Amino acid sequence: MISIKNLHAKVEDKPILKGLNLDIKPGEVHAIMGPNGAGKSTLGNVLAGRDGYEVTEGSVVMNGKEMLELEAEERAREGLFLAFQYPVEIPGVSNLEFLKASVDAVREHQGKPALDSVNFLKTAREKIKSVNLDQSFLKRGVNEGFSGGEKKRNELMQMMMLEPQLCILDETDSGLDIDALQVVANGVNAMRDPNRSFIVVTHYQRLLDYIVPDYVHVLADGKIVKSGGKELALELEEKGYGWLENGEA
Amino acid sequence: MNDVVNPAAAELPNQEIHQQIRKEYAAGFISEIESDTLPPGLNEDVVRFISAKKGEPEWMTEWRLKAYRAWLEMVEPDWAHLRYEKPDFQALSYYSAPKSMADGPKSLDEVDPKLLETYDKLGIPLHEQLALAGVAVDAVFDSVSVATTFRDKLAEAGVIFMPISEAVHKHPELVKKYLGTVVPQRDNFYAALNSAVFSDGSFVYIPKGTRCPMELSTYFRINEAKTGQFERTLIICDEGAYVSYLEGCTAPMRDENQLHAAVVELIALDDAEIKYSTVQNWYPGDEEGKGGIYNFVTKRAVAHTNAKISWTQVETGSAVTWKYPSCILKGDNAVGEFYSVALTNNYQQADTGTKMIHLGKNTRSTIISKGISAGKSQNAYRGLVRMNPNAEGARNYTQCDSLLIGDQCGAHTFPYIESRHPSAVVEHEATTSTVSDDQLFLCRQRGIDTEKAVSMIVNGFCKEVFKELPMEFAVEAGKLLEISLEGSVG
Repeated sequence: MISIKNLHAKVEDKPILKGLNLDIKPGEVHAIMGPNGAGKSTLGNVLAGRDGYEVTEGSVVMNGKEMLELEAEERAREGLFLAFQYPVEIPGVSNLEFLKASVDAVREHQGKPALDSVNFLKTAREKIKSVNLDQSFLKRGVNEGFSGGEKKRNELMQMMMLEPQLCILDETDSGLDIDALQVVANGVNAMRDPNRSFIVVTHYQRLLDYIVPDYVHVLADGKIVKSGGKELALELEEKGYGWLENGEA
Repeated sequence: MNDVVNPAAAELPNQEIHQQIRKEYAAGFISEIESDTLPPGLNEDVVRFISAKKGEPEWMTEWRLKAYRAWLEMVEPDWAHLRYEKPDFQALSYYSAPKSMADGPKSLDEVDPKLLETYDKLGIPLHEQLALAGVAVDAVFDSVSVATTFRDKLAEAGVIFMPISEAVHKHPELVKKYLGTVVPQRDNFYAALNSAVFSDGSFVYIPKGTRCPMELSTYFRINEAKTGQFERTLIICDEGAYVSYLEGCTAPMRDENQLHAAVVELIALDDAEIKYSTVQNWYPGDEEGKGGIYNFVTKRAVAHTNAKISWTQVETGSAVTWKYPSCILKGDNAVGEFYSVALTNNYQQADTGTKMIHLGKNTRSTIISKGISAGKSQNAYRGLVRMNPNAEGARNYTQCDSLLIGDQCGAHTFPYIESRHPSAVVEHEATTSTVSDDQLFLCRQRGIDTEKAVSMIVNGFCKEVFKELPMEFAVEAGKLLEISLEGSVG
């Protein structure tokens, strides 16, 4: 599915990622954990192609295509989805209008026929319901005046509409209460599929109680310093990150 | 399906437009039509020539001359936040009419096919499409109105919709009674000039208690080089009547600055309502700021007791815009509204806004202004709200929002408030925002390219104004913004 090799990236001339390697097969869920400042959010932004994140070395191949050569919107259309830690508001642009533009762009790129308005609306209504948001949210501006939890559920809703191949969840648990966390986790679990992979970036083990990963990696100082199964998350919860940073790094 | 979002909004994202390639001004072409053009220069003889050319009665000639004499003593205003080379008024020609119009066509069949072709290029539906759209067009090509449609249907309702040059002959009592009553000849420099040399324009009269059976529409177009265009529009809505009037403008591409100084007067008698909508995209000049139209317009309305005036404008064109559609709320309970979107890109400059003059008791006004600046443009809102000593219980609400795209443009707000009655309430809100990188990245991460994203965000910003436009105009307005912003984000 996606193969990240020797990825180096810097932000404002400061190296953040320093040789990151990661292989993800279809259907797998990989958790990326690590202390603050390790480069976790940078990873998501670099993969998604955000301006200001400069890749200096390495490659990211998804489904045989080099992602680093593509514009951000092209990566999205290839099926790479980033759920933001802090989703931004777009006042005046309704959720429905935004979703339609997004789904149309992605489907067109993938050679699928455009959804007609009736089907589109029907799907959007189902999805918004499944993330426990009122139908009225479809007409509201994108994230406009939404609470933190509502924004995260809205992200999940977009993910469901786009049916991406690779979902990157960037600290999705931050700012969520336990109920909202459960809704989001249920949504993600419902989307787990043999052809879809996930990168779940999180600081805390808590989210992984709900979204159970196949693998857990520890990111420290721009590199993956330890990998293991889901039990590694529990170990980290108990011992903290210090032993890894000081020991093996 | 009733709760689908505004269809205009839902359609817009589908419209293909775009690449980063800057598209040439889509309406930029010059028709090859012979013109009957007066040599440059302005004096009393020219005023008399124009009047004679139109076979005007003596009173009209005198009216023009009075304006001309007033104009001679006036100076061009320079208080606006605009920088431009002042036009040389003696270098302009003040009359131009397509030759084939000399005898005046009786129907569309008699219209020069070249003219019709021009309208087709602009996407103006002048034939059967009109019937479908339910729009009657009084098309002004340069200075002479070429075709007026649907006159019969309107006549049935007693509505008068014709070129003002014709109204001077056919309805002199109405023209005499109202012309210059809202915008007097000596109101301002450009209004005086217009009064002296106005070429043509529309005249509308809606009789008492009549709801105009269709939306009335005029398309303007400047065609001749070095020809100023001076439209004169007069709309009278008698007691209890209603009309919605649409005005749309495009102009061909050209290197020299062209002057456009129109005057629009609206009169809403007791209990009447006039809705006046404009989409303006005169040629704005090129990316270096060369060429483009100078647009100095005086638009004003008077609302009598319980009457309502609503101005809606989408201004995307012109190199320089100087325009303040205003309402004099003369009668008690009169209502004035001003909804505006003004977009400037490259080197465009706009100084636009409104005046709400509250004279009557319990008069109310609303001002919603959305300014969008991109490129190196300057965009100013200038508005006056005046509560006169008799305006007991009058209220105004003003909301003035600016959106900046890039860091080389400017947005300015000049609100003037004069309240002379203690019970009057004036509220003013203003915001300035930018299209942020975070917003653009969210859009792109969802597969939406930058141009489309900017267009969506800008359209969202303007939504409150667009919803005031008639549907077909709302779609056109959205498209216009998209085209006008091409290349504004790298």
